[in-house]
Amino acid sequence: MKRNPHRTQNIAFFFLLLATLLIVVPVGLIVVIIIQKGFPAINWQFLSDMPRQGMRAGGIFPAIVGTIYLVAGAIIFALPIGLLAAIYLSEYSRDNPLNRIIKLAIVNLAGVPSVVYGLFGLALFVIFFKFGASILSGSLTLGIMILPIVITTSREALESVPQSFREVSLSLGASKWQTIRHIVLPNAIPGILTGTILGLGRAAGETAPILFTVAAFYLPQLPKSIFDQAMALPYHLYVISTQVPNVDEKIRYGTAFVLLALVLFMNLMAIIIRTKFRKKKKW
Amino acid sequence: MRKFKEFIIEKLILVCGIASIFFVVLIFLFLLKEGLAVFNIVGPFNFLFGKSWYPISDPPQLGILPLILGSLLVTLGAAIISIPIGVGCAIYIAEVAPLKIKEILKAGIELLAAIPSVVLGFIGMVTLVPIVKNVFHLPTGLTALSGSIMLAFMAMPTIVSIAEDALYSIPKTYKEGALALGATHWQTIWRVMLPAASSGILAAIMLGIGRVIGETMAVMMITGNAAVIPNSILAPVRTLTATIAAEMGEAVVGSEHYFALFAIGIVLFVISFAINVTADLFLHKKQ
Repeated sequence: MKRNPHRTQNIAFFFLLLATLLIVVPVGLIVVIIIQKGFPAINWQFLSDMPRQGMRAGGIFPAIVGTIYLVAGAIIFALPIGLLAAIYLSEYSRDNPLNRIIKLAIVNLAGVPSVVYGLFGLALFVIFFKFGASILSGSLTLGIMILPIVITTSREALESVPQSFREVSLSLGASKWQTIRHIVLPNAIPGILTGTILGLGRAAGETAPILFTVAAFYLPQLPKSIFDQAMALPYHLYVISTQVPNVDEKIRYGTAFVLLALVLFMNLMAIIIRTKFRKKKKW
Repeated sequence: MRKFKEFIIEKLILVCGIASIFFVVLIFLFLLKEGLAVFNIVGPFNFLFGKSWYPISDPPQLGILPLILGSLLVTLGAAIISIPIGVGCAIYIAEVAPLKIKEILKAGIELLAAIPSVVLGFIGMVTLVPIVKNVFHLPTGLTALSGSIMLAFMAMPTIVSIAEDALYSIPKTYKEGALALGATHWQTIWRVMLPAASSGILAAIMLGIGRVIGETMAVMMITGNAAVIPNSILAPVRTLTATIAAEMGEAVVGSEHYFALFAIGIVLFVISFAINVTADLFLHKKQ
């Protein structure tokens, strides 16, 4: 029997659509469930109060503050190094073995399991440098973890600046660094911003790297210095959903909602900046 | 003076440029520094293939075979689920979907990639785990299967986006040639585009699997954490990553247990290194 190629095509496309729906529908459900059950738990008290009664009541304020500190610390560390590394890769490096090894190192850095970053942070920052379990150790660990994201996105942004911009600047007598500083960087800022925000979002959501480097199980006070332990949203969600029995479902969903909202908000901003930039691009 | 300033800046840029190499080496060295000591207690062979993991008994038994098998089982399950769905979705987005829907789908995939693993773990606990328990009439829904399903969702964004890039980067002439010869759209995809993009798709699958092996929080929350050799996909298991995350908090610095957990870290690092280097070779294969 001869198969009808058009019928085969219809069947094949049906399965492709099915596969797509199998991803998209659960994603939608996850977001809807968390919004539906988590949003009612959100009120000012939940966001601004200390956890109480062994985290079974009260709010999640210290976890929010802890996550903000950690994320800020991570980006303070990762942005300068990542940006300069991106400048090196896009403006200075040639197609040689060193360049190849750097790219491979970035790929590997991006692929190291998050819990291995946790081990590394424990061994280097907590024990070897004697920072102890502290915001400093956690931020540095997260900073190294998001470095590949910052480098890769910044490099793409720098490389998308047309070569002719550089040539004009150089031909006017500007030095290489002046060209980068005044011509290439300003044109690449939206892309760099996108990468930075994506890195922030990743750092805010990761749990495994902060497990042994900073996260406090239950610490109903705000950290006073970067050498203090701190609570953090993702770890707090882990703790109240697996380690503490009888936590009100509302508190769990509320925490999940705040974390998800924070991370998705950052990703949304990144997407918006990227799209706006693409539309405005003059070349 | 300005020459001098530029000289300093350019050196700084070079230093940051090679920082990634420095950090990869640093991670590996510190894992070795803390982890190799375990081999004073157990030989490498007994460590990798020892059948019991009782790190706090006296004397401790430090065989990670149950953990390796746990990781393999969960990863295999996740691969079986995520590869066909992920590649199918990539083809749909790259070739079939209308332009407007394409952008929405891509955003949806990015959304999935952005959801923190602890949130996926939490959602898995409250939705998937009871379903698995009831469907298979099990005493607990915290099984390798639940872990596989949840991890499949973490592998899919990687697989979809890289496979889609691979399909997108095939020269347009390939497709036009096939269509001009009278092939249907599907025949073109199946016979021309997929073979042409095969190395990129293979890399996508490998990186997706790499993501699954390294995943920690979701897997710790929903696989039940039983450090025994699994006999079925419906049994609780414990993975390499979950073992580190769950036990490092209690391990005394400098104890056998501590060294053993770092040695597991070495194993994970080597696995992810191998996967990433191989995938990178596939991605940069000269056409």
